[in-house]
This record gives sequence, structure tokens and C-alpha cells, in this order.
Amino acid sequence: MHDKVDVLIIGSGASGAAAAWSLADTKMRILCLEQGDWVKPTDYPTNGRDWEARLFSDFAINPNRRNRPTDYPINDANSPIKVVNFNGVGGSTIMYTAHYPRLHPSDFRVKTLDGVADDWPVDYQTLEPFFAENDRMMGVAGLAGDPAYPLHHPPMPPLPLGKSGQRFGRALNSLGWHWWPSDSAIATVEYDGRAPCINLGHCTPGCAQGAKASTDITYWPAAIRAGVELRTHARVREITVGPDGMATGAIYYDAEGKEHFQPAEMVIVACNGVGTPRLLLNSTSAKFPDGIGNSSGLVGKNLMFHPFALTYGYVDEPLDGNHGPPLNLWSQEFYETDRSRGFVRGYTLQLHRGTGSIVEAITSTLAGRLPWGEDHHKVYRGLLNRRLGMSTITEDLPEEHNRVTLDPVIKDSNGIPAPRIDYTMGENTRKMMEHGVARSKDILAAAGATNIGVEAPILNGGWHLMGTARMGTDPERSVVNEWGRSHDVKNLFIVDGSIWVTSGGVNPTSTIQALALYIADSIKTRLSEGTLFE
Amino acid sequence: MTTDTLTDAELRDLKALVAEMIPASMTYEVPGADDEAIFADIVKSLERDTADARTSLRLLFELGGGSFADLDAAHRHEIAATFKVQGGAALFALNRVVLLCYYRDDRVMRSLGQEPRSPFPKGHVVEQGDWSLLDPVKKRAPFWRRM
Ligand SMILES: Cc1cc2nc3c(=O)[nH]c(=O)nc-3n(C[C@H](O)[C@H](O)[C@H](O)COP(=O)(O)OP(=O)(O)OC[C@H]3O[C@@H](n4cnc5c(N)ncnc54)[C@H](O)[C@@H]3O)c2cc1C
Ligand code: SF4
Repeated sequence: MHDKVDVLIIGSGASGAAAAWSLADTKMRILCLEQGDWVKPTDYPTNGRDWEARLFSDFAINPNRRNRPTDYPINDANSPIKVVNFNGVGGSTIMYTAHYPRLHPSDFRVKTLDGVADDWPVDYQTLEPFFAENDRMMGVAGLAGDPAYPLHHPPMPPLPLGKSGQRFGRALNSLGWHWWPSDSAIATVEYDGRAPCINLGHCTPGCAQGAKASTDITYWPAAIRAGVELRTHARVREITVGPDGMATGAIYYDAEGKEHFQPAEMVIVACNGVGTPRLLLNSTSAKFPDGIGNSSGLVGKNLMFHPFALTYGYVDEPLDGNHGPPLNLWSQEFYETDRSRGFVRGYTLQLHRGTGSIVEAITSTLAGRLPWGEDHHKVYRGLLNRRLGMSTITEDLPEEHNRVTLDPVIKDSNGIPAPRIDYTMGENTRKMMEHGVARSKDILAAAGATNIGVEAPILNGGWHLMGTARMGTDPERSVVNEWGRSHDVKNLFIVDGSIWVTSGGVNPTSTIQALALYIADSIKTRLSEGTLFE
Repeated sequence: MTTDTLTDAELRDLKALVAEMIPASMTYEVPGADDEAIFADIVKSLERDTADARTSLRLLFELGGGSFADLDAAHRHEIAATFKVQGGAALFALNRVVLLCYYRDDRVMRSLGQEPRSPFPKGHVVEQGDWSLLDPVKKRAPFWRRM
């Protein structure tokens, strides 16, 4: 039995780290349990000659392929989009590409504006100071003045345009369409003790330079200095409840598989849009036979992914290849609803640099573009470093049949039931994706690219996990209230992507973290008022 | 994950297969994937793809009615072409390992104008580019939807 803590946070990723740091100034005793370990800078693939190969082994984005002892299996057989993540200090920010847009004001009001899904119980304006605080803590590069957004001021200058960026810029200008340097959670200058980006170009499986803002090097050092304890190799099996229906703590397994009970005054869950419903559903008791906090029956339901479509082509001159962060520009031309397009809501176009030389060979082989035999060398030289690509990030609407449940058979190495994903892409999303691919082809044509390839949806593209414990004011239609507290259990909070009401059409991490800071702030306010558990 | 190793017979067929995939080229002055050093790297790197490699080699054996390495050159080309179409996910996994090893060979990298080194710590240079390209977009009025 461990000493009781005031706050127990489960999960040390994007949201758990932000919440831990924000709460640290209360001087409460705060503990975070994380199933994974710290990743050392020297472990990252770009340290070695096998840097691309490790994308298919210990740094694979799909946990079923990566299969580290710290990973848990995910039954994704019934989904055309596979869940990808990372389990360790920093969570999936270890593996993210650091493309860092915010949700737009309209994203919080989709019912009112477009008559679909539900409005959020919070809005952009409420989150604005938390976006700014998060940008400062993570370190964001970008350029103020994007006409697609309310004005905000990223603290660092944008990533370089490079050859591919200029080619895209000219193409989009010729079409009269919007483009802008992305907000990116990458240091472009020395920032808060972090070295600037040196264009290693392999940001996704971790940045050896420490320029990419994963939370193990942003929030965690500050939180730990402020007194938060982070316990690694601690895989939580269930959240426990007392006779009064309040959470009492959590049962977890350590690295040796030994079971522990950690008592706590309050519990904050930050295990992401798949890990969180899995944990809640595994936390059954006489009071909560269907899982803790699940009186609405909505835990695990309304899973949203942002189905991605990749469209790419090849130009007649070498571009940047994989040098530089792969994502540096976006176009929001088709973001806001225009019903004449045949769907509501919209999408971001995320503009890419090329790929590494081996990934080019692999993807071109898969696409049937790269032959075997004598011609292999000639064709390959016509592809290498000439790729221009973009992804359509579609807004996925919540649908209850898209869900996370517990797999009846598959378990992780501690015997905890694994999550199972059932997902199909909605009609609105499908039409939006078709539109995005068609517009991407227009852009590629304007950029002089030929030999066009499309992957729609991207198979290993379940990187944005949202909606499985949605927020709302109605306890029958939501899992947590408007400041992240469970409707059923008054000392249980959720801060990760599960609480999203709708998905918007941008990468979510900036907004996930702003929400986590907002919830932590709401907790602090109510603590000082003495109303936290009312 | 399997840590099985391939039999000598499987290795012979594999070597003949990888030479079909990426043969040596006088034009580009590069070795083939059956070069001793590259092939050794491929065999060492099969690791979690060993089961798929074995499945592929079994199909290759069946298609050729015996050892692939023992076929004459014309017959090998013909069987390889059929195998490429029919090999499916298992062949793709095997092909991926071949590419992973081939394109990290120093000689191959140099022929492509690449420095044979890890990306870190030296990094790369990416030009800033012409930021005046953004001027037309800067002139655009804000178009985010107001509530
Ligand atoms: C390849 C890839 C690329 C991406 N690119 C981008 C991008 O460019 N931009 C962007 O905005 N987003 C991107 N994302 C998504 C981004 O990483 C996530 O949105 C973000 O990390 C989610 O934060 P989170 O706090 O909800 O969960 P996570 O960061 O996933 O953290 C969850 C943590 O909880 C831990 N955990 C789970 N269950 C348990 C348990 N039972 N016990 C103990 N610990 C547990 C996990 O180990 C993990 O560390 C990408 C993700 C991936 C995988
Ligand atoms: S491109 Fe920059 S951010 Fe990405 S891995 Fe390299 S140094 Fe890190």
C-alpha cells in the first residue's frame, strides 16, 4: 500500500503532462502513473544508419507491429483505419509530427451552424488564454496573421519554406487558394534550453536533437521540478471506487508484474481516446457494472479519427526530400462549411515535404510504381527527392457505432483486456475525402506534378483519437461535464482527446492540451472556492 | 515475433530472388541486392519478418516447381514476374527488408549523391525560400467563420 496522494494522474502524454504541470502550483501531492518508460535522446532512430528501418520495428507507429513490452495490443481488424500511438513518458507526442493547428471557433458550434452533431460546452474564446499558455510551454513556431484564424502570435519564427514549400506556394497562388506556414511544435531557434531544429527530417519517430516538443522535454521537466512525481512502468488495471461512489485510487502493475494499490483523493485520466475508454470499461464494480463513469452508456462510443487521405505526385527536379520537418504548410481553403460541395464541415490540407529515400522505395514498390529488374535503378532515380504530397484531414462526425469496447479474448502482458475498435467511415466524411483528393490533384497539377498516387484513407492513420468520453452538460448524453469532471463520480476527471464532442478538421494536440490546461485551471478555481466535489 | 533463421536452401532461393528484385547495374555503378555485404544485412535484418519471408519463399518454390535458384535465368525472370503479382502481404514484407538494406549500403548511397551517415548530429540544410510568395495570402481578409 502506497501513501495516499491528492491527485493521481494516469497517463503522461500530451494532456497528462499539461495537467500535471498546471496543478503543480497548488503544492498538492501529485503522482502520475505511466505504463511506459522515458525515451533517451540517444535511443532515437536518427542516431544510427538504420534510422528508416526502425520505423518498421521498435519505432513503428502501430503498437501491434512495434510490440514493445510497454505497449498494449489493439484489435483493429474491424476498422479500415488502424490506431497508432506511443506508450511512454510523453505519450504519443514522442511519435507525433508536431503539426500544431488549433481548432477554429466554428468547430465548437457545429450544431448551431450546420445542424449536425452537438455544440461543445466550451468555446474558442474560453480556451484562448490556454492555447497561448500551451504555445509558450511547448514552444511553437509559426507566423502571426493567418486569415484562416483569429489572430495569435506563435513565439518562434516559422519553419523554412524550402524547395517544396515554394513550389506549393506558387501552385496555390496560381489557384488563388489559401496557404500559410503551419504552427509547428518545433523549435526554430534556441527555446527554453532546447536546441533548434537541424532538419534531420525524421520527426515522427522522435527527435534526437530535442527540437520537437514532446512533453517529456517540455512540461515534464517543469512539472517534476515543481514537485510532481512521475512513476514509470506502472500500468493501471482499474480505477477503484468506495461505498460512497467516489474514486479511491487505482490498481496498477509494476515492471515485474507486481500488483499495487495507489490511493488518491482525486483521479485524472489522460490515457488517450482509446486507452481512456479501455480503462474506464475495465473499472467495473457493484456500483458501476458497465464501467466507471458510464451511466450514459457512452464510454467508448463516438470514436472519431480524422480519416486522412494522402495524395502525391512527382516533379521534374529534386526538392527537399526528407530534409526538414515533413509538415510545414497548411491550406484552410476548404475548412469552413460550403453546402454546395455536397457535405457539411470541412478539412485541412497539410502540405508535405518528401520522404526518406528508403521509404520512397518502399511506398513506390507498394504502389506498383517501382519495378524489379534492370529498370529498377532508372525508375527509382526519377522518383527520389521529387515527391510532393499532401494530406486531407477530414472532420469526422460522431457516430455511436464507431466505438472502443473490450476485446473478449486479447489481453496485454499483465492480463488486462485489450481494446477492440469497430469503425466505419461516415458518408459525410467519405464525400469530404473525395473532395479533398480532387482538390489535392488540382494543386499537384498546378505544381507541375505527374504520376499521381492516392492512399485514401491512410491505413495506419488512426493517430487522432477522440470522442469516446465526450463532454456535455446533459449527463444522459455525455460522460464528463463542461470542465472535464465525470457526471457520475465527482472526483474523477478526464483531460485527453476522449472528451471531444466533435473532431474539427485539424490535428488535435494543441487543442487537447489547451483543454487539459483549462480543466486543470477549473479544478484549481473550485479547489480554492471549496466547491470541487459538489 | 519469430527469431527463426532460414535454412540453407531457403537462403539460396532468397539470394537468387533478391538479384531479380534489384540486380547490379553497370550503368549506375551499383551492386545488386545479392552482393555479399548487402545480402548478409538482409538476412540479419529479417527478424520479425522471418515468418513472412518463409511464406514467400514457399510460394516461390511452388510456382517454380522446385528450387528457384536452380532455374535457368529465363525461367527465373518468368517465375519472378508471376510471384510479384501473387506474393501479397508476405512478399511485400520481404521486399521491404530488401529495400531497407539495399538503400543504406554506402556504395548505393554514394551513387545517389547521398552522404552515408546517420542524420544526427550533423543534420541537413533547408533553404528559407522566398517568403514574398506569401504576400497575396497576407492581403486576404480573415475568412474564419464568426459566431
Ligand atoms: C505517428 C503519429 C503522428 C502524429 N502527428 C500529430 C501531429 O502532427 N499533430 C498533432 O496534433 N497530433 C499528432 N498526433 C497525435 C498526438 O500524438 C495525440 O493527439 C496526443 O499525443 C494525444 O494526447 P493524449 O494526452 O490524449 O494521449 P497520449 O499522448 O497518447 O498519452 C497517453 C498516455 O497514457 C498512457 N497510458 C494509457 N493507458 C494506460 C494505463 N492503463 N496505465 C498507465 N498509463 C497508460 C500511455 O502509455 C501514454 O503515454 C500524432 C500521433 C502519432 C502516433
Ligand atoms: S527535423 Fe527538426 S524537429 Fe524534426 S527530427 Fe529533425 S531536428 Fe527534430
